[in-house]
Amino acid sequence: MFEAIAFYLFAALTIVMFTITVMTSQALYALTAMAAGMIFISAFFFILGADFLGAIQIIVYTGAVMAIYAFGMMFFDTTRNVVEKRSNPRFVVVLGALAAVLVVFIVLAPIVTTNLNANYPIDLAVGNSQAIGMVLFTKYLVPFELAAVMLLVAMIAGIVLAGKKMDKSLTLMTEEDIALMHDSFTHESTQEEAH
Amino acid sequence: MEITLTHYLVLSTVLFAIGLIGVMRRKNLLMLFFATEILLNAVNIGMAAISHYRGDYTGQMFAFFIIAIAASEVAVGLGLLIVWYKRTGKIDLDQMTSMRG
Repeated sequence: MFEAIAFYLFAALTIVMFTITVMTSQALYALTAMAAGMIFISAFFFILGADFLGAIQIIVYTGAVMAIYAFGMMFFDTTRNVVEKRSNPRFVVVLGALAAVLVVFIVLAPIVTTNLNANYPIDLAVGNSQAIGMVLFTKYLVPFELAAVMLLVAMIAGIVLAGKKMDKSLTLMTEEDIALMHDSFTHESTQEEAH
Repeated sequence: MEITLTHYLVLSTVLFAIGLIGVMRRKNLLMLFFATEILLNAVNIGMAAISHYRGDYTGQMFAFFIIAIAASEVAVGLGLLIVWYKRTGKIDLDQMTSMRG
């Protein structure tokens, strides 16, 4: 009973939050609504008994990912609205129909495949975090190491990409200076192309 | 009033559809990244639910790796977005036509 109440409550909250994220025109509203939605999603993980996954969801998504987004948004002029024009409605309709067919197959998949066996069955004697650790460091050790290398590569890429021209502040400069800087950028790039 | 696997899969599908709507209607690249995060989270719910109802840890493992992929995607994507913004001053998807595609 309580599980049903929790499920429907958090399902409604998550859907509302993500709808706000998708539909709002303000970047700051979208960011905060998505942070709230991420925390509500972790509730599902706790209901499902995946305690460690719920904790990771809160730490990684609302802690790290949202902080990166908030940090990145400081670089952009978010007060300026991006004009969202829809030029080709037929394209969107075709894409939507394709996506709907795909989703039907995704939902049908667990009904079609009924004779599944558990590879790593859940043992209720040990806690979730302990069991996750045992499975992760025995059966999934190579993917775990690959994920670690991937995160390192992503970190270096982020530092290198965002760290360029860090000494120039776009928010404190006037529009003319920014335009001048962009001109020098394009000038440099044309010079590079000439060489 | 028992919550079954189908409830969670329907919720996952609804959230995935919301993310797809976001991917299709957004022209602001930052908002497009938000929509991809919603897609990844919708899949994570489905993974955790299947893991619980089938009694298998594999679903949770895949959810972990999806979270790791999402984190690195944000780092690289936002870095590229910052470079693009510094060069052009825009984060509009329609104006990224330097490849004449």
